[in-house]
Amino acid sequence: MTTPRSYLGQIQPGWWVLAAFLLVYPWFATNFFTYQIGGYTLILGMIALSLMVLAGYGGMVSLAQITVAGVAAYTLPIFGENSVGVLGLGWPEWVLYPFAILIAAVFSTLVGLISVRTEGIYTIMITLAIAVSFFFFARQNYALFNGFQGFSGVDAPSFWGIYWRDPMPFYYLCLACAAFFFCATVYGARSTFGLTLQAIRDNPRRMGALGYNVTAHRVYAFFLAGLIAGTAGVLLVLFNGRVSPGTIGVDIAIDILVIAVVGGLRHPIGPFLGALAFVLLENFAIDLIDRERFNTVIGMAFLLVVFFSPDGLIGLWQKAAAKMRRRDNHGAKPTVKSTGEETQADLA
Amino acid sequence: MKSRTDALTRLQSAGQYALELEAVSRHFGALVALADINVAVKAGERRAVLGSNGAGKTTLFNAITGDFPVTTGRVRFFGEDVTDLPVHDRIRRGLRRTYQISQLFENLSVIDNLYLACRGVSQNRFALRRPGPSDARRAMAQTLCELVHLQDVRDADVSTLSYGQQRQLEIGLALAGAPRFILFDEPAAGLSPTERVELIEILQALPSHIGYIIIEHDMDVALRVADTVTMMHNGRIFKEGTPEEIESDPEVQALYLGGGH
Ligand SMILES: Nc1ncnc2c1ncn2[C@@H]1O[C@H](COP(=O)(O)OP(=O)(O)O)[C@@H](O)[C@H]1O
Ligand SMILES: [Mg+2]
Repeated sequence: MTTPRSYLGQIQPGWWVLAAFLLVYPWFATNFFTYQIGGYTLILGMIALSLMVLAGYGGMVSLAQITVAGVAAYTLPIFGENSVGVLGLGWPEWVLYPFAILIAAVFSTLVGLISVRTEGIYTIMITLAIAVSFFFFARQNYALFNGFQGFSGVDAPSFWGIYWRDPMPFYYLCLACAAFFFCATVYGARSTFGLTLQAIRDNPRRMGALGYNVTAHRVYAFFLAGLIAGTAGVLLVLFNGRVSPGTIGVDIAIDILVIAVVGGLRHPIGPFLGALAFVLLENFAIDLIDRERFNTVIGMAFLLVVFFSPDGLIGLWQKAAAKMRRRDNHGAKPTVKSTGEETQADLA
Repeated sequence: MKSRTDALTRLQSAGQYALELEAVSRHFGALVALADINVAVKAGERRAVLGSNGAGKTTLFNAITGDFPVTTGRVRFFGEDVTDLPVHDRIRRGLRRTYQISQLFENLSVIDNLYLACRGVSQNRFALRRPGPSDARRAMAQTLCELVHLQDVRDADVSTLSYGQQRQLEIGLALAGAPRFILFDEPAAGLSPTERVELIEILQALPSHIGYIIIEHDMDVALRVADTVTMMHNGRIFKEGTPEEIESDPEVQALYLGGGH
């Protein structure tokens, strides 16, 4: 029943089509679409996925996920190489990347330790405070973070005869990481820990009365989310070649929240849908409106989605799919199971 | 029945108390919800707690499990002082409880609720693997599911269950693992007569070494499932005795049985 084979057999055909499309995408897409749109969407999607894991399964909304990614991003020039002449310890890449991800996960765990004893709006406030303090600290500290300027000259690795910042290899690198964490999240949602996390979201008090240390489970969720955000942070600094306080600003923290909510918090595909919408808007809305108006457009898109579909783009998609199915059945099936359970069932 | 009495005598002669409360009080601001409670419940003992609304019965349970810390006093569980332990550590030592208002995981299925209860009092709570079909906790959850008559709705979300079914699941959660002592907070309230009979059967079928305290308004139910009765009033213990003693006590009759509540 739970052999890998049967898991594969349970996957709906739509997911195979999506996987095939993502695999062949760079073969017909331009470099711009492969790198700036494809790669960047997957990176932002992963950061938003780390928020979805915390908020969707754990009921903990963290605004510090970009900060966690930023910790990994800063680790690369500090312990690896950079072109600004500050620090740059020159560690080899095979140590550097796992180390950066681990440091980010440890940082995320600390964020968890500080914030999990609070609930709801207070979790948001505390994580926002952490994000803001880290931003200002990085901007004012020159010894470690090189202040306002930050670091540039972070190079991507070359091995197997491939330079990994070339659009196509970089896209596949991002796709491999994103697919791994996406599948891990889908699988993990039904794992023992995944169930405990969702149960804690529903009723933390009862979980205590069943023998669970609720705080420890929440902190562990922050650690796991930190692995996702940290990996995305490494990719982000490779993508840009640089990292500065602007990378981890409060505006970006809010963008991540918007991406996750607009995409939908009920299924791990949501953050990636949200990221795609965001990246497309960011790149093409400028053709239609002023640069300064961009945040207004994002804000309005956010409002529209939240008003019309509390489950984000996933919710819209499901409503549309349900309508089509109803039409096929000539209205024979009037009750459509609402929202997330459907996608859960599709996959799991 | 015989073996149960044997086990009881054995434990009693060993001086084994499941629960000992020593001068326990709990204040909510100026309100004294529990005032200087001293209780000792023997292992395997089955006790009913009666008392009008607001008497402090649920608060007593919260003090025993640690859901709310006590204001003063000590709580001992099988001889060990657990006053400063968090709830989950008391549960892992064999204490269980149900809630007056069901505390379930609405968005999870019945079997997942029961699986979590079985997992909570065992190892590998952080496992990132899915529990396989051969998982012992899955099998235990399945047994519990049948025990509380929820086999038909095994895979349904809890939010779709009827009130009675939710109350049954509430009890199922408290029976997971190897309970040593269980606190039932008004498990029969709101149940249909058939469901009440099923509940009484479940309680009577519990192994004799498992003691419990049951809060119950219905005297008939209470007397059928309890060896001793404790009456509470205004945050105090007001009378303790066998069911017969309590029923025939004039003070009790005046306050509770006669006058309504
Ligand atoms: N969390 C709380 N905050 C404030 N007062 C409470 C709280 N819980 C219980 N009380 C008060 O304590 C008293 C006892 O309540 P409770 O133990 O629930 O009574 P019972 O279960 O016997 O009906 C009541 O007056 C109730 O209002
Ligand atoms: Mg009560």
